Amino acid sequence: MDLRFTDAQPTAAEREAVESVLGPAGVESHQRVRTASNLRIFATGMQSVADRRHLLLPALETVQSEIGWVSEGALMHICRELSVPPAEAWGVATFYSLISVDPSPPVVVHVCDDIVCRRAGALELMEGLEANGRIPNTRWLPSPCLGQCDRAPAAYVQRAGEEDHVLVSIDPQARPMEPDGSIVSTNGQPESLAVPQAGEPHLRLLRRVGTVDPGSLDSYLEAGGYRALEEAVEMGPAAVVAEVKASGLRGRGGAAFPAWIKWEAVANSPDAVRYLICNADESEPGTFKDRVLMEDDPFSVIEAMTISGYAVGARQGYLYIRGEYPLATRRLRSAIHQARRAGLLGESMRNGVSFDIDLRRGQGAYICGEETALMNSIEGLRGEPRNKPPFPTVSGLFGKPTVINNVETLCNVLDIVSDGGSNFASLGTPQSTGPKLFCLSGSVRRPGTYEVEFGATLGDLIALAGGLPEGRRLRAVLLGGAAGSFVLPDLLEMPLTFEAASEAGVSLGSGVIMAFDQHTDFGDILARIAAFFRDETCGQCVPCRVGTVRVEEALARIRRDPQPGDLELIEEIDLAMRDASICGLGHTAAIALRSALELGLME
Amino acid sequence: MTRPETQQSVRLTIDGAPVEVRPGATLLEACRQMGTEVPTLCYLETLTPVNVCRICVVEVERNRTLVPACSRIAEEGMVVKTDSDRVRHSRKMILEFLGSSVDLSAAEDEVGEWMRQYEAEPDRYGPQSEPSAAGERDRRHPGHHGEVNGRTAEGVHQPTKVDNTLYVRDYSRCILCYKCVEACGIDAQGTYAIAVAGRGFDARISTEMDLPLGDGACVFCGNCIGVCPTGALMFRSEWELRRAEMWNPDAQSVTRTVCSYCGVGCNLELHTQDNRIVKVTSPQDHDVTNGHLCIKGRFGYDYVQNLGDVDRSSIDEVLAKARRPSPE
Repeated sequence: MDLRFTDAQPTAAEREAVESVLGPAGVESHQRVRTASNLRIFATGMQSVADRRHLLLPALETVQSEIGWVSEGALMHICRELSVPPAEAWGVATFYSLISVDPSPPVVVHVCDDIVCRRAGALELMEGLEANGRIPNTRWLPSPCLGQCDRAPAAYVQRAGEEDHVLVSIDPQARPMEPDGSIVSTNGQPESLAVPQAGEPHLRLLRRVGTVDPGSLDSYLEAGGYRALEEAVEMGPAAVVAEVKASGLRGRGGAAFPAWIKWEAVANSPDAVRYLICNADESEPGTFKDRVLMEDDPFSVIEAMTISGYAVGARQGYLYIRGEYPLATRRLRSAIHQARRAGLLGESMRNGVSFDIDLRRGQGAYICGEETALMNSIEGLRGEPRNKPPFPTVSGLFGKPTVINNVETLCNVLDIVSDGGSNFASLGTPQSTGPKLFCLSGSVRRPGTYEVEFGATLGDLIALAGGLPEGRRLRAVLLGGAAGSFVLPDLLEMPLTFEAASEAGVSLGSGVIMAFDQHTDFGDILARIAAFFRDETCGQCVPCRVGTVRVEEALARIRRDPQPGDLELIEEIDLAMRDASICGLGHTAAIALRSALELGLME
Repeated sequence: MTRPETQQSVRLTIDGAPVEVRPGATLLEACRQMGTEVPTLCYLETLTPVNVCRICVVEVERNRTLVPACSRIAEEGMVVKTDSDRVRHSRKMILEFLGSSVDLSAAEDEVGEWMRQYEAEPDRYGPQSEPSAAGERDRRHPGHHGEVNGRTAEGVHQPTKVDNTLYVRDYSRCILCYKCVEACGIDAQGTYAIAVAGRGFDARISTEMDLPLGDGACVFCGNCIGVCPTGALMFRSEWELRRAEMWNPDAQSVTRTVCSYCGVGCNLELHTQDNRIVKVTSPQDHDVTNGHLCIKGRFGYDYVQNLGDVDRSSIDEVLAKARRPSPE
């Protein structure tokens, strides 16, 4: 590899930011410089280059957060340090919506205009911001779902050189936007409302939420934390896998794949190097349950990862969290730090186990929630899904056997170890075992994350959330998120289990229950969903890259002036996207739309 | 049905007929072995399959979705259909998606044949949207896009990038098959001058910061041109002749010879029209080159037709334009 860089140099601040991730600059790379004049660098070998490529995204992310954008000088500096071809680094930097390669003001506010937020006043808020004109050193941009649907409308604020944060329950009338990125007033809704069940005795996944200090390991230990890890080590890895198998635990991220199949495959792999990944890139519109677990019970995520890594023989875990979750990120980082100091995480833990966790932040790409796209993203490549097979259990992160599970899935492992797999399996139904979190939002009185045993009906969940506000009548529910489907009130009696959903031809997806009343403009909602998939497709394969555009165009025609054939056209496009796309994004991109059209919600 | 690891071949059924292939063979290889035609765009024998165009999809029993024949490894007992309704539908739609968003007029001849074979109607998505301004697509940020009215079918049309005398990049013709990226990088040249940038429908082939080719890492080997299936990458000479409406493949002859610059022995195919070299390729099945060349073999042919003022014909006037840095 014979790399060529432009002459652009980083500023002192950019250099410092890069150094904070990559270590002192230049020692290694200077040895590779053949001539100082043309900056052509001869790599000492592909292996040493590949070894550090995974630091590309953390380096870009750090420059973005410290400086506010990634300049040519900063990009070239990173490329020189990591021996990454500049064209490839450019391809990676321009893939993520939270990274800017154009000069940006120090404060950038990403205002969510997705389904729930737009119905809670986000459009009004954006009009106000627009009318307000330019505010020095500030810019606002529309954003896809920020995972704050229980506290809509919301905005995510990037501030150069300072901590990023999220604004929730924003007053749609609020203006002006202050130069520090705050939008003057919020409704002041207390955060605890996000988990209305907090403190109730029957809770399992949410039992520590609101009762245990998420910032304190001692508090977690007092509440019984890390007992499961102790028990797991006593049992031995094979027994833990056996308990997970006995538990019938299925994935909570959307695909409902039995966890034990992945675990057993990796645990039995002949390859000694294996990885465990916690998929915390929760980006499905309407989903916020994992955020609640990570923000309010971060140690349980870390402990669950540790047990899982131990069980499958992984010494290194990765926690990939979406960039729009700054509070969860801070709390998890603090939890990781505290666990390491207490000998509960790291190379030589006090129980003889060796397992460490690297936290990686996504930078604004829904597709990176797809497991193989996530792996590519960690590896410093564009977040494009891989063709399967080979599956991650055979060839996953860095080509090694990898278990990847969603946050909620992993958190269940604690109870499975403590109570036994069969006890876990006795909860719920035979095919849908254990507790389940659902994200209630939209037209309900108390939106939030709710925990039930599998078997509760759609109507039960809506009732838990207080039902619809006065004078509102349920028109439809979006079940499973933007990649799920709309259902009518005639399914209120349906138990929310994998088998019942499958029988009804729908999917529980990531546990989204978004309620819509009689005043809903479904045309607007569908247009937002179509736009979302067009924005978020990686663009790699033809059916999804162009199909999502053609669906959006056909929908625009239907909304304006329906022509014979437009509905059929959407069906034809959907069929090709389902059959020929590489990954689940294309497979599911038009499902919600088609379900709404078939149910006559636009009429 | 598993057989011992020492197996010499894998047996499967394609369109009802049994076929035996070497272990590790792809479904595409199996299809070709038995003479079954499977269309491909992003696939090339000399490159790692990226399976992104999806035109080669086939139906495999017990698979929920169709699978790309170019990269799916044949397994014992597989039952494959290459011409089912589902396969035909997906191929038709993919051709329509490409035909409605990309200029395929300079694509390989088979593309037009497939359009007819699969009854693709790219025009049914409406008239083409206005071309974007030069460089506009290259500046697009991932995320929210502009208003969509559905009156036109959005495409990738844009002005051709002409920034050197050797070749042009006409991304109105680009189907994003990744072949040029692979030929430039890991699969042939090792230069990594281009990569895919941006996301979604705004994804594009780009140098770093969209720099002109001469300012980036490009070494002008032209191996990207050699693998481009749609004419998005084109010799400047061909591009000038097409502009002058003088490009005439029927009047061209192809002469195979050995490159005279060094001792490697690369074979060249000189494409001549009116007794002038108008482009140079290398046979893909040639042991030495696999179709790839260096800047000298690809572009260093001017000395054989350095005519001075003698015998200048109309084609020479056009070819002379190709030597000027900027197009007229």
